[in-house]
Amino acid sequence: MLTETQAWDVLHAVPDPEIPVISVTELGIVREVLARDGGLHVVVTPTYSGCPATEVISQSIHDALVAAGAGEVSVETRIAPAWTTDWITEPAKEKLRAYGIAPPGGDAPVGPQPIRFVPRKLACPRCGSTDTTRLSQFGSTACKALYRCQSCLEPFEYFKPI
Amino acid sequence: MTTPNPAHIEYVTRLGDNALILGQRMSEWCGYAPVLEEDMALANMSLDLIGQARMLLTRVGQLEGKGRDEDQLAFLRTEMLYRNLTLCELPNADFGRTMVRNFLFASFQVLMWERLLASSDTELAAIAAKSIKEARYHAQHAGDWVVRLGDGTSESHERTQAALDYLWPYTAEFFAATPSDEAVAAAGIGPAWSELEAAWEAVVVPVLNEATLTVPARTPFKSYGKFGRHSEHLGHLLSEMQYLQRTYPGAQW
Repeated sequence: MLTETQAWDVLHAVPDPEIPVISVTELGIVREVLARDGGLHVVVTPTYSGCPATEVISQSIHDALVAAGAGEVSVETRIAPAWTTDWITEPAKEKLRAYGIAPPGGDAPVGPQPIRFVPRKLACPRCGSTDTTRLSQFGSTACKALYRCQSCLEPFEYFKPI
Repeated sequence: MTTPNPAHIEYVTRLGDNALILGQRMSEWCGYAPVLEEDMALANMSLDLIGQARMLLTRVGQLEGKGRDEDQLAFLRTEMLYRNLTLCELPNADFGRTMVRNFLFASFQVLMWERLLASSDTELAAIAAKSIKEARYHAQHAGDWVVRLGDGTSESHERTQAALDYLWPYTAEFFAATPSDEAVAAAGIGPAWSELEAAWEAVVVPVLNEATLTVPARTPFKSYGKFGRHSEHLGHLLSEMQYLQRTYPGAQW
């Protein structure tokens, strides 16, 4: 048996499978933890509709809680309200930057967006220069874009705000 | 469970089938795109669309109440039971045609999801809130390429114009009325398709102009994919997509 607080502590240590420097709670995808009938019910929300890590995440949350002695654990995927990069915690954004991924800049866009790409002054996570250019709107995963720093010439990924 | 509303089921089926079929078609680029970055972009956008299709077809299964899940709906329906727009099933051809199609379709999807945010079907509204963020990135990605190719070299311009000339007639189907439109609009489920036409042209035409492309005139040509009358291309696509379930019925992995 775990209390809800203990369960959150367990989840703070469950890494995101794609970006293991941050936890599933820092990513903001664990929405609720409820003690229920001697076990736990966890609500998670996917980042992108097609994110292939969603099932792995549910499984690792389940396994971590069971290993910590939570008893019966159920994991529910809920899509509303839709996940936004605004839910990534501030300390996690710093961890992303230290890992070499530029964190989402500013708040997530709301309402109609320009149909053409508008370049932003994005700081290189390695050298801090804002002389950067976008190479591709989609990086190794749907949630990231690929950039290059014109100062230190290193490529880097950018967590797109959604 | 309330009585299933056939118009509602059909409407959500159309949305799900569009996403599934274009997602499957676009995934054919995986490993073949002109550059690695675009290979990943196309694969990621396919995943978004397939993710949307999974949510939408799961919703269809709930609405019809026959116990069918997303997999049964995707893998066990024959082509005449598919309700996707013909545009989504057409072969990829070259990269230019793929980008023009993505631009025309993603721009339509953005407008559709915007309207569905207010759907009386709260599950559908939730799917819209999730998907609209993805559709905006898809439209922007393809829009940038349409301008770059259309306003590029004489070769890229010619091929992009040819792609637009080929695809444009199929976009009339986006807005064609279906018998269930009235019931769907009346129930507040979603917009009648024709309601989106003016807004779509207002978005699409300026980008095509910027790309120095000539917007083709409307012709009497009509396609009927969303009524279940498809081009010869859908059957081939399904035969590949459904192969495993057809060969090993009920297989799980």
